[in-house]
Amino acid sequence: MTPLGFTLLALGISYFAGLLGSLVGVGGGIIVVPALTLLMGVSIQKAIAASIVSVIATSSGAAATYVSQRITNMRLGMILEVATVTGALTGAYLAALVPGRGLFLIFALVLTYTAWSMLRPGGRSISPVPDPLADRLRLHGSFFDRSLGAEVPYRVFRTKLGLAVSYVAGVASGLLGIGGGVFKVPVMNLAMGIPIKACTATSNFMIGVTAATSAAVYFMRGEVLPFVAAPVAVGVLLGARTGASLLGGTRNSTIRVIFVAVLAVSALKMFLEALK
Amino acid sequence: MTSRDNGPLAGTEKAISRVLRVGVTASLALVTAGTLLSFLRPGGYSDQPGEVARLIGNGGTFPRTAGWLIGGLLHLNGAAVIVAGLILLIATPVIRVAVSIVAFARERDRPFVVITAIVLGLLLLSLVLGKSG
Repeated sequence: MTPLGFTLLALGISYFAGLLGSLVGVGGGIIVVPALTLLMGVSIQKAIAASIVSVIATSSGAAATYVSQRITNMRLGMILEVATVTGALTGAYLAALVPGRGLFLIFALVLTYTAWSMLRPGGRSISPVPDPLADRLRLHGSFFDRSLGAEVPYRVFRTKLGLAVSYVAGVASGLLGIGGGVFKVPVMNLAMGIPIKACTATSNFMIGVTAATSAAVYFMRGEVLPFVAAPVAVGVLLGARTGASLLGGTRNSTIRVIFVAVLAVSALKMFLEALK
Repeated sequence: MTSRDNGPLAGTEKAISRVLRVGVTASLALVTAGTLLSFLRPGGYSDQPGEVARLIGNGGTFPRTAGWLIGGLLHLNGAAVIVAGLILLIATPVIRVAVSIVAFARERDRPFVVITAIVLGLLLLSLVLGKSG
């Protein structure tokens, strides 16, 4: 393959990953890393480094929109960021210690979890409990839901659980080059009492800072290769933009099935790679 | 629209949104320009066999000193322009956090100044730790 061929192929795959990801509500990293390693021969460490950089671009781009529409709960985001950023540092450090086969194995497990979480029914919310910490820090919020045409106020519960889960999401992000929203959003929605739109917006808001933390570690380590990271960052962002303009938040079940199939095949191939 | 209880941040929302938008757009413009330069200018990507393997290789020789970056930018070296774009992209959320600190400080919201300062500290720590790791 020539450099031009590699660049165009990486651009195309990343565009597809960003498009598909935004259509089903996850980031592109979960597809970019398998594609770069399995299809294009990039080492998993370099693929993760390129992916985490692209995660900054997509999440910051989307966050700009959510923040200006005031859907993001910035106070809550900034509290939970302390945990995601600490997790990201841990994850980026672990990534240097875990051998490539271990990274393939952990990635395959996260792919499997993501596929499963997309298929299972919505889940039931856990009953609200008083949360003095959320009261003291004034984390409760409200946003204007355009589809309802009304202001939606909500109270926040279980801030400490949110911090714990955010730490785990941060570790996954730093270790695997993904956003980690797939871990945070269900807990924020079902256990912390936050409406799903505010969860998505707030999780996304945190992901930029989380990814920047681990990206800085990878960058200083020399793992972020300009040749690989450039087409991936541009491709994923453009794909995500197209996805966002195609359908404003509705969920298409055919696309979900395709996405789950892509995840399942990637998981299987990454398991095999780990066993090699 | 009704007034909101996250009032202290209301004026900041616009600033934060703009930082993110401008940061992402500018950095990806640099990354795209750098890629074009790498293809079009001598000293960039070549068509020799093994070039891709070298570019995605694990040699770990990728230069990342400030001197290399500045020199490369002055000579419109494609890789240096891409790296400048990537640094700007990584810096964008950092600037967003710094803007938030100023906003909370202006509102005299002590707990949130401390919390956001911790996040900023961890971000800066990641740069130092990355170097040694």
